[in-house]
Amino acid sequence: MQDPLFIHGVGLGVVIIAIVKVLVVFAVLLVAVMLMIWLERKVISDMQNRIGPNRAGPFGLLQSLADGIKLFFKEDLMPDRADRIVFKLAPYLTLVPAFLVFTVVPLGGVVTIAHHRVELQVADPPIGILFLLAFSSISVYGAMLAGWSSGSKYPLLGSVRASAQMISYEAAMGLSVVAVVLQTHTLSTRGIVLAQAPHFWDWGVFRTGIVPFLIFWVAATAELNRPPFDLVEGEQELVGGFNTEYSSIRFALFYLAEFMNMITMSAVMVTLFFGGPDGPGFPFLRWLWPILWFAGKTFVFLYVYVWIRAALPRLRYDHLMDLGWKRLIPISLGWLLVIAGVIISPAWGFGILGGCVVAAVVLYQALKVARRRREIEAGAAGLGRAARVAAEVQLRQLAGPHEGGAS
Amino acid sequence: MTPHLLAATLPDGLTFAIAGVIALVGSLGVVLSRNPVHSALMLIMSLFGVAVLFVEQDAQFLAAVQVIVYAGAIVVLFLFVIMLLGVDRSEAIATEPMPAQRLMAVGLGILALVEIALLSRERWPLGAHSVAGKARGTGHSNVYVLGRSLFTTYLLPFEVTSALLVIAVIGAIVLARRPRTSAGPTEGEAAAAEAGGGPLVDAGELVGSGAPSAERRVEAEEALARAGDRIGEPVGEQEGLTVVRRPEQ
Repeated sequence: MQDPLFIHGVGLGVVIIAIVKVLVVFAVLLVAVMLMIWLERKVISDMQNRIGPNRAGPFGLLQSLADGIKLFFKEDLMPDRADRIVFKLAPYLTLVPAFLVFTVVPLGGVVTIAHHRVELQVADPPIGILFLLAFSSISVYGAMLAGWSSGSKYPLLGSVRASAQMISYEAAMGLSVVAVVLQTHTLSTRGIVLAQAPHFWDWGVFRTGIVPFLIFWVAATAELNRPPFDLVEGEQELVGGFNTEYSSIRFALFYLAEFMNMITMSAVMVTLFFGGPDGPGFPFLRWLWPILWFAGKTFVFLYVYVWIRAALPRLRYDHLMDLGWKRLIPISLGWLLVIAGVIISPAWGFGILGGCVVAAVVLYQALKVARRRREIEAGAAGLGRAARVAAEVQLRQLAGPHEGGAS
Repeated sequence: MTPHLLAATLPDGLTFAIAGVIALVGSLGVVLSRNPVHSALMLIMSLFGVAVLFVEQDAQFLAAVQVIVYAGAIVVLFLFVIMLLGVDRSEAIATEPMPAQRLMAVGLGILALVEIALLSRERWPLGAHSVAGKARGTGHSNVYVLGRSLFTTYLLPFEVTSALLVIAVIGAIVLARRPRTSAGPTEGEAAAAEAGGGPLVDAGELVGSGAPSAERRVEAEEALARAGDRIGEPVGEQEGLTVVRRPEQ
């Protein structure tokens, strides 16, 4: 499977088309971020019985632009103890992976422009989905280095949290991606979309049995540091998180990256589990319908992200880690086994499912017994403490006549 | 296959040159920069350069794994250690603790170069193309061929390696795990219990019996001293009451 654009060699026309694709996708993503910030503020306001931005442009649509211009002209502060190079580099390290991941997402079908067959996606590497995993693991560096280079305590704590969280959830995310790859037999994003094409019940979400999708969704939310997993920006504990010391345009870049990541992740979920640009078309404007389907599905996820932010409170840090390591990773591993079994034969699949359930129950019981034993031991230790308190009380009584007289 | 010093086409050559320069600059940066965090960043840059070179060689899977595993996980761990241990200050490299190792490094470096040149014979810039058979010309992608040979020809080494990794992880957990201090009896509590021959008896004896006496006082004080912590130590006085630090539950 090769990009049809490059089959007949690389000429000037091909290079121009490639460059135009990159520019168009970049521009679309930037405009989408602008609209997304507006949408988030509007929807959140609506859910909180407020009006939200309504001054700049019709319905406040230009509010993000106004904010961007304001941030651009603000003073750019750098802390005295900051590491100057890394401090300047960090915002770009968050922004670039967000954009790069979007380049492998198929936005539409294949169209013919000036006798070249062009896939409506910037690139279709044979390792497409691994590219996604690679760059989502790279995006850790932005937050991590931003916190460290600020030379300040709270940003450092925020960045340590951020990187621990992102690394933890990467494993669960990767495992749920593997489930899709098992079913579609390809790593290429275009191939994954094509494998889900004919009917909607061929979509990844149904073929992998919904569990990998849910896990991917939760893990992606954690990767994005979106509520309810936004511990990276715990205002109460960390002032503002890893970007506390940033101001002006660099601060804006972090927000740009966050929203870009959100759009990218929604797009990736649509690609992996909801058939990407797949959907019923109509005889006129054939090239347009897949793009609209893709945009519509992505919009649903973006809206849900805003909804979740309005609805759910933030998790506690140990709960977050428990969810990632003790629940999501084992479940996705087990489900992976089940899918592998189903591919061999349904009997194998159900057998493995039963085995997994039994193993899970046994493990749970074992943990419960261990916890009980620990509690009993702790109880005995508590009695030990009681003895010491009693000794203390007696000591006070003994001391009473001599030392206690002062009061 | 004839040896190629330069890649086949102009785009290939350009990619190779750019990626090669990035990888080299990155490696030099790792060695030369004084700040460990900068070194780690340079290492990432170098890894990326090498990943691009892998793509150039049609080894896309290797490139992706290089970025995911090395740049995405291992260097992150390096950075964690550097940041958390606070060794992110520049080091004085001028004072060399072992002068002999500089000479040895030069010697070993030359040895390694000679070895590579000898081992890879006529294909010296790139080495052998593959050990598992042809990657090109089979009609399948590199990922397909690699996966196939991993799960057929090299299945046993593959599985053994994964078992080895699991063993290593479990070993690391066992070695690094500290005994629980909050739930189980602490040393102090154990000592206190020992002194009184069991917690319940201890409490009864100390509180319930007899008139205050010097002996008892000494005994109780000793038990407390053995308990070794500051629970119950008076922390202040307030309106005739001695405020005592409560044992935490």
